[in-house]
Amino acid sequence: MGSNHDSLGEKVFDGFNYLFLSIFAVITVLPFIYIFAGSFATEAELSERSFFLIPRDFSISAYQYIFSSNTIFRSIGVSIYITVVGTITNLAFTLTMAYALSRRDLLGRNLIMNLVIFSMLFSGGMIPTYLVVKELGLLNSYGALILPGAISAFNLIIIKNFFQQLPPGLEESARIDGCTDLGVLWRIVLPLSMPVIATFGLFYAVGHWNNFFSALLYLNDHTKWPLQVMLREIVMLSQLAIGDINNMDPNYVKPPEQSVKMAVIVTGTIPILLVYPLLQRHFAKGVLLGSIKG
Amino acid sequence: MDSTLQSGPDAAVKAKKSKATVLGSQRPSWIGKVKKDRWLYVLLLPGLIYFLVFKYLPMWGVLIAFQNFQPFVGFWNSEWVGLENFRNFFANPDFVRLLRNTFILAVYDLVFFFPAPIIVALLLNEIRVNVIKRFIQTMVYVPHFISMVIVASMTYVFLTTQGGVLNEAVFQITGRRIDFLADPDWFRPLIILQIMWKETGWGTIIFLAALASVDVEQYEAAVVDGANRFQRLWHVTLPAISSVIVILLILRLGNFLDNGFEQIFLMTNSLNRTVADVFDTYVYFVGITQGAFSYSTAIGLFKSIVGIVLIYGSNWLAKRFGQEGLY
Repeated sequence: MGSNHDSLGEKVFDGFNYLFLSIFAVITVLPFIYIFAGSFATEAELSERSFFLIPRDFSISAYQYIFSSNTIFRSIGVSIYITVVGTITNLAFTLTMAYALSRRDLLGRNLIMNLVIFSMLFSGGMIPTYLVVKELGLLNSYGALILPGAISAFNLIIIKNFFQQLPPGLEESARIDGCTDLGVLWRIVLPLSMPVIATFGLFYAVGHWNNFFSALLYLNDHTKWPLQVMLREIVMLSQLAIGDINNMDPNYVKPPEQSVKMAVIVTGTIPILLVYPLLQRHFAKGVLLGSIKG
Repeated sequence: MDSTLQSGPDAAVKAKKSKATVLGSQRPSWIGKVKKDRWLYVLLLPGLIYFLVFKYLPMWGVLIAFQNFQPFVGFWNSEWVGLENFRNFFANPDFVRLLRNTFILAVYDLVFFFPAPIIVALLLNEIRVNVIKRFIQTMVYVPHFISMVIVASMTYVFLTTQGGVLNEAVFQITGRRIDFLADPDWFRPLIILQIMWKETGWGTIIFLAALASVDVEQYEAAVVDGANRFQRLWHVTLPAISSVIVILLILRLGNFLDNGFEQIFLMTNSLNRTVADVFDTYVYFVGITQGAFSYSTAIGLFKSIVGIVLIYGSNWLAKRFGQEGLY
């Protein structure tokens, strides 16, 4: 679209367009930068200068403080554990079921597909699900954060559709060579689906890392809390040292300061930012996969 | 192939039988099919159990909405009370308040948040320097991956009356501080601003994909016809993505009652409860923290049923608009 034919009006439009989008991008990123800078500032500087992007007195005391007890360390460990084990569980459940359902001649397939789709439309809701988790004895265990969400019906259907699009010839020749259905899935279908598995693995993993509510709902024991719940306790409810009060220096038990809150936020954000390049690539693909036809 | 073909001590008898199966089908054919696909059923089983236990058992558990469920007595021995929980809920002034809060938030969402990604996508589409376009995209997608807890936490840090940077700025300008986090009047704007900040960038993806598929020839034809950029935007670009807009709008209408639960829960405090409570958060407060299982299940069930009606209604609407429908 020849830009050399632009009228003055169009040039003005271009100018405003760049300006507007730049402002939007800055508004998106600035809060992170400010929080990051603030987490390395002293409390005095934070109360004195209202806004800055580079701290005058560089200080890591906020980080020393939050890592002086094992509360944060432990909750990071919990979050990593749930993310890893949860994602593996998700993929195992979703991929096996999706493969079985991708075989059109499977007896009972339509019935089960309808069960899956209906579960997207209607759910028992929070309380009955909570009671089922409780009856299964999963309260206060990490199983409660992993099993009730083991399969996302939406992801299942997209992966099933993807499996159906794989060339059937490969599977047939493998079967003639004596492969069972298990062998076909493991040796043929999964290796062909690695990009899709990576995409949905990331979907699930980010969901686990960011999950806050299941932990609040199912875990009463605060020594088992993942990072997101800790974050809320410290930053929003202004509490620190939950469960560790006895182990900590009594002088430390006071409402956390701004810089400490910022340091906790940074701690929760960094892991996501580290994998962001991967996420951006795969997630965009996932969104479009899903939008073709769910 | 046929499962009746097997060797054994009485293979001759079996061979006869197998012939009979092939010809007259003594044994129903589905047994053979199931046996052939046995490994597929093994693969299917964990997922099927998952859906039965964590999706369908709770659906059946919804029946406690018609009981006065006592956890220590159990489901089977709890007293059945018919529609009493529903009657109580509809008679409770909270019902109207929840409906109102949910409705207002949903309308705000539709009016302010829904158009935002469309506008940004259209503007991004007008940027002709690819490097800049991609750089902006990279920045504005970031908040989508950040948890709601972090978004809410940052909001608290920025807006607290005790030295929050935005509140300090307000103080510099107006000479007083505003208690954004506790003031009920600020609750809804905050919710909408948070969601706009978090999801506008990400929401552009689907529109950008639709824009990328617009036929270049149409633009060329428009240029030949003397259309300037605004006319091209209006007559070529917008019609090209209108079907995506309609679909997403209908989807949103189908989820009209689903205000962002985690977000609202996180931003709710004792001072803004009157405007903050929506169905989901109310179910949590009444059901989990106060232990009124049956009553809160009835509220959840009411919401689910209205939700289903909305989804089917919006799907019907989608078909009337000539879309292929979503279910």
